[in-house]
Amino acid sequence: MSDKYPPIVNGKSVYDLESGKYLKMWQGPQHPGVTGNMSLELIISGDQIVDCKTHVGYLHRGFEKLMERRRYINCFPIVCRICVPEPDTNEYLFAAAMEDLMGIEVPERAKWLRTLNMELSRLASFLMWIGGQSGAFGHGTVAQWALAHRDFVLDLFEEWTGARIYHMYTTPGGVRGGTPEGWDNHVERVLQGVEKFLTEVNHVMFNNAVFKSRAVGLGIIAPDMIDRFGVVGPVARGSGIVRDTRKDNPYLIYDQLDFNIETETAGDVYARAMVRWKEMHQAISLIRQIIKRMPRTGPLHITLPNVLHLKVPAGETYVRAESTRGEYGYYMVSDGTIYPRKITVRGPSYSHAMALLEHLAVGVNIADTHGLMLSLHTYPPEIER
Amino acid sequence: MKQLDTELSKQFTLSDYVEQRPELAFVTVEKQQLVPLLTYLRDTKKYTHLVTLTAVDWLEVNQFQLTYLLHNYETHTDIGIRVKLDRDNPVMETIHHLWEQARVYQRELHEMFGIDFPGSPGVEEPMILEGWQGPPVMRRDFDTAKYSLETYDHRKRDTREPEIYMKEKLYPED
Repeated sequence: MSDKYPPIVNGKSVYDLESGKYLKMWQGPQHPGVTGNMSLELIISGDQIVDCKTHVGYLHRGFEKLMERRRYINCFPIVCRICVPEPDTNEYLFAAAMEDLMGIEVPERAKWLRTLNMELSRLASFLMWIGGQSGAFGHGTVAQWALAHRDFVLDLFEEWTGARIYHMYTTPGGVRGGTPEGWDNHVERVLQGVEKFLTEVNHVMFNNAVFKSRAVGLGIIAPDMIDRFGVVGPVARGSGIVRDTRKDNPYLIYDQLDFNIETETAGDVYARAMVRWKEMHQAISLIRQIIKRMPRTGPLHITLPNVLHLKVPAGETYVRAESTRGEYGYYMVSDGTIYPRKITVRGPSYSHAMALLEHLAVGVNIADTHGLMLSLHTYPPEIER
Repeated sequence: MKQLDTELSKQFTLSDYVEQRPELAFVTVEKQQLVPLLTYLRDTKKYTHLVTLTAVDWLEVNQFQLTYLLHNYETHTDIGIRVKLDRDNPVMETIHHLWEQARVYQRELHEMFGIDFPGSPGVEEPMILEGWQGPPVMRRDFDTAKYSLETYDHRKRDTREPEIYMKEKLYPED
């Protein structure tokens, strides 16, 4: 074992590719197992990874630069494109950062609808993750099955907001509209379908011998690594860390809802998958609570002055929310003009997919790379905003 | 948060304290005192989570502002530490020994703003803009629209007015 790994000099592994002992292998950006447009440069010895480097830059659209040259309301259709499977967190945080700087209080009904929007998109994002995680371990059927259910959730979004992927629903100052008539019943029908599917997933995936033997003990994150690598969200909760932005720094109406922080203690791929499975049940429960209790009348948004000439007072702020990957944040600096001075998007994938993955991949079998990567639930657009 | 600022002021040279929300404050510190301050906050004050590290370009006053945002998981408060750098010679001490993910942030800042962090592993390697030869792109004096117009050949599209086109095609004798 010890002579398998190359010697480390000045924090870098030194290996001689000519020796025939090591082989350099690229996985991605066109590899079907890699999440999105990123690639892994792997140095392997036998079938074991001895060094891993993450390469990003295949999806760079320069969101932060684009936003510096646009008026606040023109930035709004841009932000949701930073994360494709879960755009609503971006929409909410952009609006919340603006509202914080301007001192705007959002109407009560809009807060409930924003929460509903984010929980529904959390469900859709987790369903997409199940597709990836099961597919990476060879369960293609579960993947297709999960994506079908995600499409039913997208149908709900289409009926509600008019769009399937980029909803652009949460506008600065409120939301665009209420829920359509009879929509609640459609939600309930989809939720029942997802619940049934989750039970089946438990049988087919979590109790499957292949899945268990590959996921248990893979990519263990020890609790002392959490703060050192800046690990957040379900990945941290899989290691027994009881942290959730929705509980710790309550925003919107999360302090009025009834839910607990779901954790597991093993810290491996299986534990992280289990946390997400529990959180899908949690999201379903939260959606039901919101639909039951949300106010049906009242204003949806406050009246803003002409948004094209809107000046945001000078200052800086940071707002955060819990996305499916963990803490998501927007750092906004305004210089008092109609253009934002600087908007920095803090995506959880940034620290997970670069520093953490490079650390965890060492010693892993090449066949398990994608299962490991998917278990960190990374979305490359957050890295190269 | 004000109490923390008063306490820190005894040891560090702090200025421009702004309390944005009861749980979020920003403060500026001298460049030389940043690493001791971050170490103190992390080890003594339980600000153990580096939320983000980013830069703001203040072109008018020829300065870069680095913002280190730290979070305390026990009191659930955030503190943003600002550091002003000279825009002509932007060099800052590295903090990758405090948080592992800081080297990725520093690598990005080196590429996007041209801020150097000597000693940070792999800081010189290109991260997103592989093969880019021009100035650091996130600086405010780099105009993307101007660059695009100068660099790329904007061909004119052949467009036809449908009414005239159909008329010419179907009834050329008219």
